Amino acid sequence: MLRVDDLHVYYGGIHALKGIHLEVNEGRIVTLIGANGAGKTTAIRAIVGLLKLNAGSIVFRGSNITDLPTHQIIRQGIAVSPEGRHVFQNLSVFENLELGAYNLRTAEFQEQLEWVFSLFPRLQERRVQVAGTLSGGEQQMLAFGRALMSRPKLVLLDEPSLGLAPLVVQEVFRAIEEVNRQGATILLIEQNAMAALTIAHYGYVLETGKVVLEGPGAKLLKDEQVRKAYLGE
Amino acid sequence: MTNTIFLQQLVNGVSVGSLYALVAIGYTMVYGILRLINFAHGDLLMVAAYAAIFGMGIFSNSWIAFPLAIIITGCIGILLDRTAYKPLRNAPRISLLISAIGASFLLENLFLVIFGGVPKPFPRPDFFASVIDIGALRIPVLTIYAPIITILLFLGLLYIVYRTKAGKAMRAASRDFETTRLMGINLDRIIALTFLLGSCLAAAGGIMWAMKYPQVNPFMGIFPGIKAFVAAVLGGIGNITGALVGGFLLGLGEIMIVALMPELAQYRDALAFVILILVLLFRPRGIMGETIVE
Repeated sequence: MLRVDDLHVYYGGIHALKGIHLEVNEGRIVTLIGANGAGKTTAIRAIVGLLKLNAGSIVFRGSNITDLPTHQIIRQGIAVSPEGRHVFQNLSVFENLELGAYNLRTAEFQEQLEWVFSLFPRLQERRVQVAGTLSGGEQQMLAFGRALMSRPKLVLLDEPSLGLAPLVVQEVFRAIEEVNRQGATILLIEQNAMAALTIAHYGYVLETGKVVLEGPGAKLLKDEQVRKAYLGE
Repeated sequence: MTNTIFLQQLVNGVSVGSLYALVAIGYTMVYGILRLINFAHGDLLMVAAYAAIFGMGIFSNSWIAFPLAIIITGCIGILLDRTAYKPLRNAPRISLLISAIGASFLLENLFLVIFGGVPKPFPRPDFFASVIDIGALRIPVLTIYAPIITILLFLGLLYIVYRTKAGKAMRAASRDFETTRLMGINLDRIIALTFLLGSCLAAAGGIMWAMKYPQVNPFMGIFPGIKAFVAAVLGGIGNITGALVGGFLLGLGEIMIVALMPELAQYRDALAFVILILVLLFRPRGIMGETIVE
C-alpha cells in the first residue's frame, strides 16, 4: 500500500535519513521504532511532503506521491496524527474534527463523526469544549480521531503514547487495534517499543537515519538486540 | 459646547471610526495568519478609489461600479500575496516586512506613473450625497451609512470566519500552518482567501473614504492606512473584533479631542501615534488581544 525506497533527507545540515526503505501492506499495523533522534518523525514528515527529499521515492497505492504538495498527499487517503498531538487549541473539539474531514461531503462527515465518537466517547462529551482545555490524553484521542475523520486508508501515528499515563496509553493502543480491525492500515511511530511491537504485524528498527533491523513484530520482540537496546533488558 | 455640536461630532467620530475599522480588519487578518504587518494594505484604499472612478466612467452606475471596484481590489490583494509574500513563505519575517514596504511603494508609484499626481474628483452618487436633518442636526447620509455598512460587512465576515469550513481553516492556520496542511487543506488558498476578504473590506472603506474626502490621489491611502494599523494594534492585533473596536475608538477619540479642545486641532493626526506608543508601552496586546505563549 505504501512503499518508501531509498529515502534521503538532509535536515538542518544533518543527513537525517540515510536511505531508508519501508513497506506497509494493506490491513497491517506496521511500526517504526527507534531512539530519540533516530529519524522516525523525519521519516513521517518526509512521507507527507512536509520536508523536502534529497532522494528517494514514495509510492502510495500504486501512484507516485514523492513530490506532491502535502494537501494532495493527504487527499489520496493518508492521515496523520502528529507528534505532540497539535490539536487546534483555539477551536472546539467538534471544529477540530470538522477540519479533519475537510475534504469530505456532509453525509460522509456525519458517518465518520459517529464512528469516531463511538471509538472515543469522551470526545462526544467534550464536543463543544475548546481543545486547548482538554487533558493530554483527551488531546491525543482528539488528534487520533481528527486523523480518522478523513476516512483514511492509511493512518500515520507519530508517538501517540508520548507523555501519557499508562492507563491512557492502553486505551490509545486498544483504539489503534480497533481501527485496524475495521480496515484501516496503520503506520505507528513509537519510542515505546514494547507496546508498539506487541500490536504490530511488522516492525522496522531505525538507528541514526538507517533501518538496522526489520521483521514481524513478535519476532522483533524476541530479538536479543532489540531487547537490549529498546526494552531495557 | 452645545448638545447639538456634541452629537454632531459624536456621529462624525463613529463614522470616521467605521472606516478605520474596515481597513484595520484587513491588517489584523493578515497579521493573524502570516504574522506580517502588510504595509501595502492602506494603499488598497487608493486602488479601490481609482477602480471605482474607472467603473463609474464606464458604467456610470455606482451599483455596478462600486462592487466591481471591491472585487478588483480583492483580486489585487491576492496578487499582492502571490507576488510579494508567497515566495517568502519560509523566509525570516523581516524579509516579509521589507517586501511589504516595497509593495506599498510600488503600488503608490505605479499609480503615480499611470494616473499622475493631480488629485481626481470622486463621483459621489446621489444615493450617498444627500443630507438629512434630525432636529437641529444636519448629517450627510454617508456619515450614517458608513457605520451601518461596516457593521453589516463585519457580521458577514464573522459568519465566514466562525461558521464556514474555510473560516475554520483560517483560524486553524493562524495557529499552526503544518497541521492545517495535514488536514488536506490547501494552505495557499486559505491565505489567498484571507487577503481577498481583508482587501475587499479595505476597498469598501476606500470607496467610502473617497466619497467623504472626494480627492483621489496615489498617496491617499497612506494616512488612513497607518491609522487603521494603529486601530488594529489598539484593538489587539490578530483579533478581528478588536480591530472593529479599535477603529471606532480611534475615530471617536480623534474627532472628540478636536471637538473638546479645538486648540489641538492641528495635532489630530498625531493622536494616533500617541495612542500607538501608549498601547505598545502599557498594553502591547491591545484591548482584546490574547497573550500568546510561544
